[in-house]
Amino acid sequence: MTAPYKRLMKLVHWTVTFLLMVMMSVPGLWVMLSSLRPNREILAKPAVWIPQDPGLTNFISIFGLGDEQVAIPVASYFTNSVIIAVTSTFIALAIGLAGGYAFSRFRFRGKNGLFLTLMLLRAVPGIALSLPVFILWSKLGLIDSTLGVIIVYVALNVPFTIWLMDGFFRQIPMELSGAAQIDGCTRWQAFWRIEFPLARSGIAAAGMFAFLTSWNEYALASQLTRSTSSKTLPVGLMDFTAQFTIDWAGMCAMAVIIIIPALILTFLVQKHLIRGLTFGGVQH
Amino acid sequence: MAPITLTNLHKSYANTPVVHGINLSIAHNEFVVLVGPSGCGKSTTLRMIAGLEDITSGDIHIGDTRVNDLPPRKRHISMVFQNYALYPHMNVRDNLGFGLTIAKQPKHTIQARVQEAADILGLSELMERMPGELSGGQRQRVAMGRAIVRQPQAFLFDEPLSNLDAKLRVLMRTEIKKLHQQVKTTVIYVTHDQVEAMTLADRIVVMRDGIIEQQGPPMEIFHHPANTFVASFIGSPPMNMLLAKITDRQVRLSDGTCVPIPARLAQNVQDGQEVILGFRPDDLTPENHGVHDEGGASLSLKINLAELLGSESLLYAQLAGQEVQAKMMNPYDVMPGQDMTFTLAIHRAHLFDAASTRSLATPQ
Repeated sequence: MTAPYKRLMKLVHWTVTFLLMVMMSVPGLWVMLSSLRPNREILAKPAVWIPQDPGLTNFISIFGLGDEQVAIPVASYFTNSVIIAVTSTFIALAIGLAGGYAFSRFRFRGKNGLFLTLMLLRAVPGIALSLPVFILWSKLGLIDSTLGVIIVYVALNVPFTIWLMDGFFRQIPMELSGAAQIDGCTRWQAFWRIEFPLARSGIAAAGMFAFLTSWNEYALASQLTRSTSSKTLPVGLMDFTAQFTIDWAGMCAMAVIIIIPALILTFLVQKHLIRGLTFGGVQH
Repeated sequence: MAPITLTNLHKSYANTPVVHGINLSIAHNEFVVLVGPSGCGKSTTLRMIAGLEDITSGDIHIGDTRVNDLPPRKRHISMVFQNYALYPHMNVRDNLGFGLTIAKQPKHTIQARVQEAADILGLSELMERMPGELSGGQRQRVAMGRAIVRQPQAFLFDEPLSNLDAKLRVLMRTEIKKLHQQVKTTVIYVTHDQVEAMTLADRIVVMRDGIIEQQGPPMEIFHHPANTFVASFIGSPPMNMLLAKITDRQVRLSDGTCVPIPARLAQNVQDGQEVILGFRPDDLTPENHGVHDEGGASLSLKINLAELLGSESLLYAQLAGQEVQAKMMNPYDVMPGQDMTFTLAIHRAHLFDAASTRSLATPQ
């Protein structure tokens, strides 16, 4: 291949990459920009791209601090979201770690069938189960409670977490645990001292996925939550829709509040995430 | 440093038996090599001694203790794995000291013992490196160091050299031998490589399909194989084997060629008996060239191929419809298709019963 041809291909490559990135980023960017301007400007035609008079009014008002009172309990929603996402992530990780280890290390009756079942469960859309879950939860008194949502999210996350952790533990040679046991460890110690540290990247990746799933979930939460005692941020977004109007500005401001923690978390674990997702983290 | 005794040891996976009743006593400080083709149960046996596999039935004693139900950590043994099994997230120093750290030994003891092992194996320069930054040979040495540091009752080696290239393998083989002379301990060493077995062992245990075919000092196994399997497995190039029949007090090959019955076996065979004649390539040599064997049988054979190895040549020749190998020291050029006269050192040849494949020699 000649040099000019190579340069052309590189140009095409970067142009396509850029266009794809734009397609993915523009909605997010639009939300960010819209959170900084009034509803009037958001709905203007033709569209105004750059906020004419950017400000934090929307943020101030959804917290009920400014002149325009928007009575939305963002702080409670935020607290609920954090409690639900963090708790369900930790429980899903604990179960996923144990389950993944068992699938990767032990032989037991019905192992393949069980694993397949777990994977098939992933194929069922959560919303298809919303009615049965709703009926069950209402009988159990779990409607409109954080616990009710946590249980659903754990169930949602466990199969994927097990699958991920199984893959990570398979990457770690079995002999390491054997060597550690010969070196004087109990099986439990061998796990915590050798296999757990080596699976760290995988645990970070699995935790991230579980957290984001719980943090962003809307469909089920919208069925199972009612009031400030359990509503999460994505469900809270709907508070901005009234019978005849939608407060796009306030909604965008809240969307930014939802996006930012997820963004920060992803950024913090991204090194692990990439290592984890490429599955090459363990040196043999 | 303790003797190890295996009594009627069995292992089955689900309903598939893999080890069928191993009886073996390994003396204090003895270097025993378990050798056999893959799938013969040698690694499983080793892992049962280590405690990494459950025992289906039978007993294992280390010293005076029955260890069947003891976890690996209570057996006071060290093991070197085929893939080294170094802890990837610890540097060499921590890898070496891991066992002592777990045993909550005082810091200065750990330091002293780790340093001692590092000196023995020449690892002092590498102490801060991570396993990923080491070459194959260095990893192997760290794995051995980790085994030494704990001053175990016995060392178990599971095919420790099979991941190394040929040159390094020879080098590390010597190091293991030296190590055993330096650090006197009971060693059980598993390999499929008969050269490793011959060079390292005080005693070789040849296994096949979960049973012991023969055990003894390397030279005894080499010179007095109990059956055709051991005869063909030990020694390189492998022993030539030809079907034959005892006719008129001679060994008559399928094409009618006759050679004398080896004198030491004369009492053990009868006329009409179907046998397998076995002889090593070293014992089939060009006549009047270098080796002088009194009372050898003279055979004229057609050469198929000559393999030049430098100080010797391997000659592939046609005998009784079969290709046999012969060895020529200080070789001269040989053309394929050429006829050559060989001497077969018949007193070193072996006879096996054709049906049972067992040696017809009187047991030693």
